[in-house]
Amino acid sequence: MKPAEASIESTADPGRARSLDWTAPFSIAMALLLAGLVLLPMFWLALTSVRDDAGRFSLEHYRQLVLDPAFIKPLATTLWTSAAVGLLCVAAAAPMSWLVSRTDLPGKRLLRTLILASFVTPPFLGAFAWVLLGGPNAGLINQWYYALFGLKPFEASPLVNIFSAGGMVFVNCLYTFPYVFTFVANSLDFIPGELEEASALLGAGPWRTALHITLPLALPALLAGFLVAFLQSMTLFGTPAILAMPAGVEVITTKIWSLFQFPPRLGLAAAASLPLLPITVGLLKAQSAIMGRRGYAVIGGKSGGRQPIRLGAWKIPALALFAFVLGCSIALPYGVLLRTSFVKNWARPLADNLTLEHWRFVFFEFSQTQRALQNTFVLGIAAASAGTILITGVGYFSLRKAVWGHRVLSFLATAPVAIPGIVLAVGLFLSYTRPPLVLYGTLWIIFLAYLTKELPVGYQQISASLRAVHPELEDAGRIFGATRLRALFDITVPLIRNGVIATWIFIFIGSIRELSATILLFTARTKTISVTMFDLRESNDWGPIAVLSTSMLLITFALIASVYRFTDRRPT
Amino acid sequence: MRSIRPIGLWLFAWAATGSPAALAQETTPELLAAAVKEGKVVWYSSVDVKVAEAVAKEFRAAFPKIEIDVERAGSERVFQRVNQEYQSGIKNVDVVNSSDASHFLFWKQQKWLAPHTPPDVKRFPARHEDPEHYYATWRATLNVIGYNTNVISAKDAPTGYLDLLDPKWKGKLVKAHPSYSGTSMTGTYALSKALGWEYFEKLAKQGVQQLQSTTAPPKSIASGERAVMVDGNEYNMFMEIDAKSPVKIVYAREGTPFVTSPSAIFAAAPHPNAARVLENFLFTAKIQQLAVNVGGVRSVHPDVKEPAGRTPLSEIKTLADDPQGMLPQIAEIKKRYTALFGN
Repeated sequence: MKPAEASIESTADPGRARSLDWTAPFSIAMALLLAGLVLLPMFWLALTSVRDDAGRFSLEHYRQLVLDPAFIKPLATTLWTSAAVGLLCVAAAAPMSWLVSRTDLPGKRLLRTLILASFVTPPFLGAFAWVLLGGPNAGLINQWYYALFGLKPFEASPLVNIFSAGGMVFVNCLYTFPYVFTFVANSLDFIPGELEEASALLGAGPWRTALHITLPLALPALLAGFLVAFLQSMTLFGTPAILAMPAGVEVITTKIWSLFQFPPRLGLAAAASLPLLPITVGLLKAQSAIMGRRGYAVIGGKSGGRQPIRLGAWKIPALALFAFVLGCSIALPYGVLLRTSFVKNWARPLADNLTLEHWRFVFFEFSQTQRALQNTFVLGIAAASAGTILITGVGYFSLRKAVWGHRVLSFLATAPVAIPGIVLAVGLFLSYTRPPLVLYGTLWIIFLAYLTKELPVGYQQISASLRAVHPELEDAGRIFGATRLRALFDITVPLIRNGVIATWIFIFIGSIRELSATILLFTARTKTISVTMFDLRESNDWGPIAVLSTSMLLITFALIASVYRFTDRRPT
Repeated sequence: MRSIRPIGLWLFAWAATGSPAALAQETTPELLAAAVKEGKVVWYSSVDVKVAEAVAKEFRAAFPKIEIDVERAGSERVFQRVNQEYQSGIKNVDVVNSSDASHFLFWKQQKWLAPHTPPDVKRFPARHEDPEHYYATWRATLNVIGYNTNVISAKDAPTGYLDLLDPKWKGKLVKAHPSYSGTSMTGTYALSKALGWEYFEKLAKQGVQQLQSTTAPPKSIASGERAVMVDGNEYNMFMEIDAKSPVKIVYAREGTPFVTSPSAIFAAAPHPNAARVLENFLFTAKIQQLAVNVGGVRSVHPDVKEPAGRTPLSEIKTLADDPQGMLPQIAEIKKRYTALFGN
């Protein structure tokens, strides 16, 4: 039935009850669904952490957590390395975003695109690549270094030793700085130029202006960026498992993972997971408080006609900074993965070393490839489709304040951002390995993990698109008798089509690269590409890893290119 | 042994008449037809992924109508997966192989395994089959020391475990982890008995790089990332040597841990007939020889010939494995080891 017919019907017979409005039941169902997704795992997590093996109340797990150095040390490592990642990211991203936003640096568009590329690179792929680049003796960078200075491995100390807490911090930074960059660059774009122009008119040089005017104005964004980088780094599993564990350095995520070794110590795992929640919630609260205090930053519209600062000879060090950061996060890692996928022994020169064997093995012999690819895509498509539908509804109702309790909806949809992947996985494992719903061993449990984890990303995308659609159009539809739901799907959704497609693709990309939750939830039948790669890493099979990494990057970039094509805009 | 065999036979006779495990032992046309009807078999193994896939390829060639799923992971990971799946009521695995023989004792105690003697196993030395026929040694390997010959000359090479405590090896060693690898677990237990835990305490001060699988250290020294591996599979070393990598094996003065790696069928296998076809196939002289030639493992099959250039087992001083003694200590070994070397 077309909307026109519906409106004719209802105007023709105003006395009759209008076609049943499903808005309320629909939104209640969504609220319950969201609550189930988010709260059930947290409930089991909390309950398991305070029960002993016989099911009695006990604080034994927490006692062990606080007293056993085997837990305190990883927690301390997590905190200091995350702080270091936050600081380094700000130190790198602040000048980078200022250069892109305020100066006449050449190739700014390309630089922004490359930063986006490091943003979407799965961090564990970067960690794999850096093993091959920065291994102290065979790593290619160290090989070049030894060759250049006529040194010998093992005798001289290496230029970089990636197997260390420092190495982990470095690689975390490479794939976390884009968050900070985006925060700061966006905020700089919106800081009106008048203040800086005034400063220039009053005789301050560009540096003085940058330091005394721009920096203080951008400070909230910098702080917020620091907190987000801290949070990202704290919740990563792949990078520490690949780079820090071989050096005997543990962080809290790898520790939780090791508690799942047989016999699994679930109570302890739950108790180790829970303290992360107040930390993440605190960080996010602090971040929104800082970003909320925009008053003094005088945020207005994007001010045009700003004169870019001339860099002159400073272009060279400025470009060198970008070359270093993007070289380390994109060029070198992608290069080494591609190279490794085509050589027999990754540490040897190319001559007499070329082979297609790894590609043949992965795609024609390795029996896990087919199934893992299939699982990964089934999960990605399912999570993206379900997530997009769910989040479009939730976003609409909460932004239009259409139903009572819309705040609860938006809270539940954004809450998972505070739940680290591995913590969510512990909660899901506890929830769905017991009756009535035994989902462990099926793709469903991983689907739930992806859906929950990607809710906040989807919500952010959709709400940005929804804000751009003026409610008047829907109101018009409503006046002619369409229900809320009908107005949503017949009027609003077509208008935000681009946003919906972008949301779908973002959830899909987030799902196909997921490792930290999948690592606890997969079984032999439900392996994904990411855990297959992780398994191969445990036996140092770098050739097949490189093949799978290269394939995953190709898929990701093809999808992102399609975002541009379909939606004709920059995703942020 | 004489006293055990009759009991074993008696149990077998009992099992063959009354229990649900009364399936054919040999791959008869009936068994094969039933297996083809099942259409699939799931094999969890800790053997190197390339070897596992080579065996699977042979299986597909021999039985094109039975699909084979290979799930390769380290022994302790295989153990974790099977147990986690069984605790959650998931019956996925048909045939299992792990290099930690004590896993089979555990599964047997849980009554999860099905008794089965592949025809070839009847000719194996008796100690390589469980007296109650629940498992047999599918392959064996040695957990060896090795070094990169580009970095270390033969005269500087270590000759045994105690040599590795020399300060000159600091920062050059690489090792697998007993929480991941059954081979490493077996080796750690054997060495802790032979040399005491003080040995590992001293070794931990040598800046050892900690990897997971015993398949990993041979690849690490072949790439030159580390100079000496403290433990790693002999079979991966053979594979590296065949690929002309600059590595050499050291059979330690103190003795080299001998690691048996049994194979078994699960009683609740979802494809019980196909499981028996695979198990029988795995123990045939052809596949045993393939695993020896391509995979560098040691076989206890009487018809298998050692390729030239490999030191015969008889010339190597070995430390025998002792799954019975190790089983109760596994958790403790993991804990002590992790405290010293990390995860």
